[in-house]
Amino acid sequence: MPDLTQLTLTQVRQQLADKSRSAAEVTEAALSRIQATEPKIKALLSVQAEEARAKAKALDAQGPDAARPLWGVPLIVKDVLATKDAPTTCGSKILENFRPVYDATAVARLKDAGAIILAKANMDEFAMGSTTENSAYFATRNPWDASRVPGGSSGGSGAAVAACQCYGALGTDTGGSIRLPASFCGIVGIKPSYGRVSRFGMVAYGSSLDQIGPMTRSVEDAARILQVIAGHDERDSTSVDAPVPDYVAALSERGDLKGLTIGLPAEYWDKGLSPEVAEACGAAVKQAEALGAKTVPVSLKLSEYAIATYYIIAVAEASSNLARFDGVRYGLRDKSAESLIEMYVKSRTQGFGEEVQRRIILGTYVLSSGYYDAYYRKAAQVRRLIRQDFEAALTRCDVILGPVCPTTAFKVGEMTSDPLQMYLMDIFTISTNLAGLPGMSLPVGLGCETGMPVGLQLTGRAFDEARLLQVAGVLEKNVPAAGIAAL
Amino acid sequence: MNISPEEVAKVARLARLDLTPEKIKQYAGQLDGILGYMDKLAELDTSAVEPMYTPVDQVSVMRDDVVRKDYTREEILKNAPETDGAFFIVPRIV
Repeated sequence: MPDLTQLTLTQVRQQLADKSRSAAEVTEAALSRIQATEPKIKALLSVQAEEARAKAKALDAQGPDAARPLWGVPLIVKDVLATKDAPTTCGSKILENFRPVYDATAVARLKDAGAIILAKANMDEFAMGSTTENSAYFATRNPWDASRVPGGSSGGSGAAVAACQCYGALGTDTGGSIRLPASFCGIVGIKPSYGRVSRFGMVAYGSSLDQIGPMTRSVEDAARILQVIAGHDERDSTSVDAPVPDYVAALSERGDLKGLTIGLPAEYWDKGLSPEVAEACGAAVKQAEALGAKTVPVSLKLSEYAIATYYIIAVAEASSNLARFDGVRYGLRDKSAESLIEMYVKSRTQGFGEEVQRRIILGTYVLSSGYYDAYYRKAAQVRRLIRQDFEAALTRCDVILGPVCPTTAFKVGEMTSDPLQMYLMDIFTISTNLAGLPGMSLPVGLGCETGMPVGLQLTGRAFDEARLLQVAGVLEKNVPAAGIAAL
Repeated sequence: MNISPEEVAKVARLARLDLTPEKIKQYAGQLDGILGYMDKLAELDTSAVEPMYTPVDQVSVMRDDVVRKDYTREEILKNAPETDGAFFIVPRIV
């Protein structure tokens, strides 16, 4: 019998529903687990213990409610999402004392579904980074090996879920920021199709790339959270008004992979993979074939242009989005400044960390007069070609499989000196954001060299999350489980 | 050379950031490397390609123009570094 905190969301939800556990008991266990594991992994920027206890007590007083699909389930939310009256720092000093007066739509939907928000998770400042070392507060460590990074930018969410501090978390993904930490921490992560989940209340990084998604210890858990947060929201005009399928029901529709065609892009498999990643992901593909799937080679020939395209678009959008931090309505202000412009400059210079400033400058440059056509417009054109590349590949197959990252989690400090080197870590994940397609990371065992988790990436057609979940659900039962990190 | 220290200084001014001379030099070197990498896109002929600025089609969604009051003035001012209880206060402009 596993420890209460090690149950999956689906399991604990059942125990809460049949009253074999109270919300208070489950919440208390999670809070104790946070206390026990935080000194080692440092996944959280703030813990809302009293609020969580009060919410659990109120829920218990009302009794289980079958109409609320996450009734009594403790969850954690990345600190880029607005939470009413609770700190929302984005991992930045510029928002150190910010307390939003509203909840992000995704957070509000979790709360309406009966979830208890325990804490806000650490992240690379403004989601800019791949290791969570770039938080302005502290670096998060990987629960599997504290000398390694958890991935980023949703590394706090990933580490918290892997360390069993909660039953699931929300992350955000602009270029891989859900899938990479899910891969490095041995958990499931979904970046939904662009427009599937409302971005209202998410502090924007790259508005045409950002999506919010679940990070969990099982595929079914991810389906349950996605079910709650997906769907149109009038407060985000880019959220698409399309029906949300029943993801949990979709999972039970498939026991094997017969009739399914899997595309294997040479660009993702043929070069630069560490042997342990190639082996674990390759074994998962073999398993998929054994389960009835047909595999076909597909070509994503523009992959080599994806990083350049992505970083032009992402930094351009970031420089524009981050212009709102001016020390006037919220956030840090330098009180010594005597003029308005000086106040803007001093507040922003003090408040933003180095990587954020670097990206703002790069973004301002690629948008500036004389360079706009050569960089930003050019990247937007290549972006369309990249999407066409995926659309063509996805007419030949139902889902594309590849690794999430060429390596397993690397050591703390290994990637921090050279920004370009760090950008290259996102090579397999960023195209999905450019094309607006859904992507998912599924743990497929531990690497034979490092003993660290390996993630397989599933990419599908726009708004076809149900199929990704189905394929991941079947594979999950048939590939070596990453298991739970010994902490 | 894509970007000079002078250009970094100019862009920093536009972005309302104040960089030390050492930082400007450091960023110029790093950004030069990054932009050099990005120049790779010039290899592709995109003359006939419509730029794609977002993955979704319906960018402008119309709705009725109705007044809705979701927040009080007090809530809106709550996070401001300086207010007089009614307005945001900023340093003297003119």
